[in-house]
Amino acid sequence: MSTDFHIVVCGSIVPDPLQTLKPVDGPAGPALQNEMMLPAVLDPWAGHALYEAANLAKNYPGSRVWLVSLGPKAKLQQVMMSVSQKAPFELVVADGSASGFTDSFETAKILADTIDGIADLDKSKLLLFGGWQSASRGSGAVMQMVGEMLGVTEQFQGVDRITIGSDGSIEVMERIEGGSYQKSIVDAAPAVLGWATGELPEPPNNPQIGMQNMQKNMPALQRAQPADLSGSSLSFESVEVPQQRRETRVVKDVPVEEMAKEIVEWLKA
Amino acid sequence: MSTVLYLAHTECDGTLHKSALEALTAAKALAEGMGAELAAGVIGSEVSAAADSIAGCGAKFYGVSGPDFSDARYASDLAAAEAIAKACDAEIVVASATSRFSRALPGLAIRLGGRVDTHLSGLEVLDGKPVAKRWFYRQRMEGTLIREERPWVLTLDSGCADGFVGAGSADVESLAVDVSGVRTRVTGMECPSEDEQTIRPDAELLFVTGAGWTKKQADGSVHVDVAEEVILNFLNTTKCSLGSSKSLVDISGEGGSIISFLTHMHQVGQTGSSPRHAKGLSSCCHGEEPHVVGWRFINERRAINTDAGCGWAQGKCDVLYVGDAFEIMKKVNEFLG
Repeated sequence: MSTDFHIVVCGSIVPDPLQTLKPVDGPAGPALQNEMMLPAVLDPWAGHALYEAANLAKNYPGSRVWLVSLGPKAKLQQVMMSVSQKAPFELVVADGSASGFTDSFETAKILADTIDGIADLDKSKLLLFGGWQSASRGSGAVMQMVGEMLGVTEQFQGVDRITIGSDGSIEVMERIEGGSYQKSIVDAAPAVLGWATGELPEPPNNPQIGMQNMQKNMPALQRAQPADLSGSSLSFESVEVPQQRRETRVVKDVPVEEMAKEIVEWLKA
Repeated sequence: MSTVLYLAHTECDGTLHKSALEALTAAKALAEGMGAELAAGVIGSEVSAAADSIAGCGAKFYGVSGPDFSDARYASDLAAAEAIAKACDAEIVVASATSRFSRALPGLAIRLGGRVDTHLSGLEVLDGKPVAKRWFYRQRMEGTLIREERPWVLTLDSGCADGFVGAGSADVESLAVDVSGVRTRVTGMECPSEDEQTIRPDAELLFVTGAGWTKKQADGSVHVDVAEEVILNFLNTTKCSLGSSKSLVDISGEGGSIISFLTHMHQVGQTGSSPRHAKGLSSCCHGEEPHVVGWRFINERRAINTDAGCGWAQGKCDVLYVGDAFEIMKKVNEFLG
């Protein structure tokens, strides 16, 4: 069995988690206020998937990694300046909205079509990586649909670890309820793996990798085709930030015993 | 007449999970509001007992059972769900957002030529049409949405409805599904023992630990060993669920001192979970992650923090105790005995 993998990582950008987000009505439905001005980062779970992909490719010579990203290319370009320093990959871009309010089906269709268009991709070696949810829509549905559209029906979600066997089989550990894991073995690629956090820390910046990546990836950004996401009837009656400001009672300058006693009474109530 | 299909899978003991019973309540109300038939499909090793436990819902029952369907696998679960949905010509499919169905059911939308919306926080009927609610941007904003495409596959998060009660005797139509081509086999589970278990989704209390537990204390030293003892004592006494802020989990990747029993799975917030508990107590947390995103579904919230002006605690919790979490939690443990 072959252990040189063609790893396609699906991942886009999301607003920096530290930003305050406010929904507004846009011409095509809900959007975020000043969306194009908000600092963006690579979606965290997609980031974990990318770092796991790069690590896997490093350990299995002959493997290749593509990052397929649906997002506005100007914003993608900014984010890729930093992401490109983390791990080697070939960028493939579909130029369209990365909004969380886009229909997950439409997003999946664009991603599947874009992956189908990768010239050198051998689908028999395909490991389709991505985050098990995004930090924007958070549907946890896109990867499964991309897999189905590409005919990949061995799928795993909430993955934290994979181990490649000498026969090319892949042992997968998936998160399930209650802090437990389910262990499975799929006999070989192709497979879909929606990653949770994985086990690797974020790699340090490597300017040399960044230079090599951007030489290939800047042309990829320029070649990006517009993505048509308009095929959905999905519509929003409202999008609201819940008003949850609480009247916080501050307890200070009192003995530790009093605080502890009050906490215990509350716990037992 | 259109059909609302309720889908469920059995647990290891052949029963239905609480969240599955909640989804049935929502599906039944949806069918009634739409004037639609209710169908129920159960997937598992053996499904008759589970079907009997909800027979009072009045649905027509379908089942896919056998050893191939005891474990959670994308390909076999999807094949079973597809067979049931096609057998009853489902217009709407409603299921609980368990890890098993969250893995498999998005693919069902493709197989049926429909669409999917997941992790719903609410489902109701307006003018005879389903209206769904779900959170976006990691529980920061809630959207109310409709769509025309059918079939429409919907998964509901736990806590959206009361659990259905109504046992009886179900007449289950058994469907044969061929999964001989599935290339995945489940080899086992890795579950923490009862003593080691610190993630308890059904616990009343969520105890969130922040990075402060691993920082230098007033004496200028780090006391991770003491922190571990205090936290574990509290967990063992209260049987609460343990959560962690992102920064504390990330310390493990940055070479800092770590609390040995904390993993990424404990993380609440942006790249963690937003669990549902009646009460939440945070300690040594100084950020938006635990106090806003991770606490979205916590009803009563209290925090222990050394900074009275912490903007993430003020306005987000009901009571803020300003003090040293080491000292306060030690004393709490003493009082709890």
